[in-house]
Amino acid sequence: MTSVAAKQELDSTMPVSETPAQAAVQKNGQHNDGGTAVPLTFAKALTAALSDAMEADERVIMFGEDVGPLGGVFRITDGLTARFGEQRCFDTPLAEAGIMGMAVGMAMNGMRPVVEMQFDAFAYPAFEQVVSHVAKMRNRTKGRVSLPIVIRIPYAGGIGGVEHHCDSSESYYVHTPGLTVLAPATVADAYTMLRDAIELDDPVVFLEPKKMYWSKDNVDLKALNEARLSPEVPSAIGKAVIAREGTDATLIAYGPSVPTALAAAEIAAKEGRSLQVVDLRSLVPFDDETVSAAVRSTGRAVVVSEAPGFASVASEIVARVQERCFHSLAAPVRRVSGFDIPFPPPKLEHFHLPSVDRILDAVDDLQWED
Amino acid sequence: MSSSTAEESARSEAAMLPSAAPVQLINELGALVPNEPGVAGKYPMPSAEELVHAYGKLVVGRRVNDQASALVRQGRMAVYPSSHGQEACQVAAALCLDAQDWLFPTYRDTVAVMTRGVDPVEVLVLLRGDWHSGYHPIEHKVATQSTPLATQLLHAVGVAHAAKLKGEDTVVVAMCGDGASSEGDFHEALNFAAVFHVPVVFFVQNNQYAISVPLSHQSVAPSLAHKAIGYGMPGERVDGNDLAALLSVMGAAVERARDGGGPTLIEAHTYRMQAHTNADDATRYRTDDEVAEWAPKDPVVRMKKYLTDAALLTDEAEAAIKEEAELVAATLRSGLNGEVKVDPEDLFKHVYAEPTPQLAEQAAMLRDELSREGE
Repeated sequence: MTSVAAKQELDSTMPVSETPAQAAVQKNGQHNDGGTAVPLTFAKALTAALSDAMEADERVIMFGEDVGPLGGVFRITDGLTARFGEQRCFDTPLAEAGIMGMAVGMAMNGMRPVVEMQFDAFAYPAFEQVVSHVAKMRNRTKGRVSLPIVIRIPYAGGIGGVEHHCDSSESYYVHTPGLTVLAPATVADAYTMLRDAIELDDPVVFLEPKKMYWSKDNVDLKALNEARLSPEVPSAIGKAVIAREGTDATLIAYGPSVPTALAAAEIAAKEGRSLQVVDLRSLVPFDDETVSAAVRSTGRAVVVSEAPGFASVASEIVARVQERCFHSLAAPVRRVSGFDIPFPPPKLEHFHLPSVDRILDAVDDLQWED
Repeated sequence: MSSSTAEESARSEAAMLPSAAPVQLINELGALVPNEPGVAGKYPMPSAEELVHAYGKLVVGRRVNDQASALVRQGRMAVYPSSHGQEACQVAAALCLDAQDWLFPTYRDTVAVMTRGVDPVEVLVLLRGDWHSGYHPIEHKVATQSTPLATQLLHAVGVAHAAKLKGEDTVVVAMCGDGASSEGDFHEALNFAAVFHVPVVFFVQNNQYAISVPLSHQSVAPSLAHKAIGYGMPGERVDGNDLAALLSVMGAAVERARDGGGPTLIEAHTYRMQAHTNADDATRYRTDDEVAEWAPKDPVVRMKKYLTDAALLTDEAEAAIKEEAELVAATLRSGLNGEVKVDPEDLFKHVYAEPTPQLAEQAAMLRDELSREGE
C-alpha cells in the first residue's frame, strides 16, 4: 500500500506541527515566513531555552556529566559555562545518583537545578533519588518543600546508538506520582516547554527525543517567549495539541513518534484517508480532554509509541480512550509500539521502531465499512 | 602565606587519617582521660556550662526514647527505632550547629531532631503514622527523617553546595549509620562534598549493627573513618558514648567547615542497646553477654558521674533537668494518646502544586465513596 520511496522521502523531512504558541504568534502577526523567524535546530532551541532561563533567573543552574566546557555530548549546554560561569553550569563527578541527590538539596536551599542525564539508560543509577525523593518530597512534607528540578534526558532511538543509549524509559517515570513528564516533538515546543518546565515548582522529567536534535524549523524565539507568557495561551504542561487535522481516524503520538505519525498521515491523505494527529506533549499531566474529543470526532484511533507496548504509556492511553469514548468508537483502539524486547542493535532497530507502514497497516485494521 | 601552608598541611595524608583510637575525653568510669598534647590541643574539653546544658539534653533524650518505646507497646505509635544508648551522638549532632545550619537525620535520629528544637509531637508524626513528616523542614532547617539509607547525605551536600554558591554561612551535619556506609549514595555524597569542597560534616553513628548484620559484614576497612582519606577529606573517630568528646570533635569539624575548610567524616563508636525496632528480635543475632558488655559504657551514667564528681552539677540543676524530661514525656503522652484526625483529602493535595485533572477525579471519587458510607 505504501511505497518505500514515498516513506523515505517523508521520513527525511521534518514535519511541522502548529502549537498554540505558534498559532498565537501567527495571529499576532509577529511570526510569518518573511518575519523574524529563523531556522533553528531542536538542539539549539533547547540551548536557547536554558540560556534564556539562566539569564532570567539566577537561581537556575545547570549541571551533569560533560555539560561544562564540552557543552554536553549533544551540545545542548554549549556555551553556558562560558556565558554564566562555572558556578552556574558545571561538570560533576561521574555519578548520576549523586547528581540527582545533590539537585534535591540544592532545590531545598532555593536553587532551580536543571540536570542532564547523559543518555536514557544512564539515568537508571539515579532512579532511587528520582522515585523516593524528587517525586515524593512535596507530598511527604505536605507541600512545605517543593523541588523545582528539571531532569533532562536525551531519550529513545532512531540514531543508530549502541545498547543502553536508546531506551524509551518514559513508563518508569509516568508511573511515579509526583513527577511531571514532558516530551516535546517540535522545535518551538522544545523551547517553550523547557522554559515552562524550568519555571514549574514541581520536578519535571524532560524527555528529549534525541533523533530530533538535528531537525530544523523556522522559529522566532522572542515571539515564542512572549506567547508563552501570554495568559491567553495555555501552558504546554498538561495540554495536548492537534498536530494535523483529520476526519477518518486519530493517531495519538508523542515525542519521537510524532514525526512518524505525521508522515503516515501525509501518505494516507494521498491515498484518500484523512488522519488526525494528536501530539500529546505532556504525558503527566495527561490531557484526557483533548485526546477524548479528538477520538470522538473520528471514531477510530491508533496510539503510536516507541516504547515496548506492555504496561506502557500507549496501553494507558488505550485504556483511557476506551473508558471515555467507548460509544463513539467504530473499532478497537490499536497500538503501534516497540516490541517487548530490549532495544535492538543499530542494524536491527528499524524492525523495532514504529514505522509509517506499520501505522498505516494498523489504520487499515480499524474495521472500515467501505 | 600561612593560610596556604595550613591548607597544604590539612590536605596532607597524615592529617586526613583518624586518630589511632577513638577520641575520648571522659572514660567509662566518668573520669578525665589524660590525653597526649596532640589530641588534647585539637579537642579541648567543652566548658562546664556547655557540658551541663548538653547533659540536660542527654537526660531528656533518654526519657524520650523510653517514653516513645512505651507508646509503641501501648499501640499509640506504629513503630519506634530507639536510639537508646546513642543519646550522646544525638545530642552532639544537634548542639554543634547554629540556627542557620542544617541537620539531615535518619529514622533513628528522633532525639537529635527534638534537641534541635522541633516540637516532639511533630517529630513523631512519621512514626505515629498519620503523615510521612510532621514538621516544617525549612523552618527548622532539619530535613525529613530519611528511611532510605544514605540518600539524605546527597541532599545535605546539595544544601551545602547551594549555600556556598549563595555565599551563606551554613554548615550541614549529615547523619547515617554504619550500614548506610555500604550504600553507593554514601560514596557519591562524600566524593561530591570533597570535590565541591562544601561545608558538610558526615556523622556516622557506628552502632555495630544494620538491623541484624554486624559491622564485620559491612566493611573490613581499618575503621569507617579511614574511608575519608579516599575522598581527600579528614576522617576522625570518637567514642560515641562520650558526650564531651563528641561535642569537641563535632565542634572542631563544624568550625573547620564554617571557615571554608571543607567536609569531614566522623565515625562515632557506639552501640544500639535495644532491638532495631519493636518489630525486631535482637536475640536472634547477638548475645546477652555482648549487650551486657556495653551497659557500663552508658553515656548518661558516665556524664552524670563526671559532672557530679567535678561538682559541676548541683542538686537544683539535676532536679530541673529531671523535671524537663518528665515534662517532655508528658507532652509525648498527651500528644500521642489522643485520636489523630486524618483527612483523606490530604492524599491528593500535595502530590503536585496543582492537582492533575486525574487526581482531582480520584479525589472526587473518594469523596463520593465517603459521602455514601453513612447511607
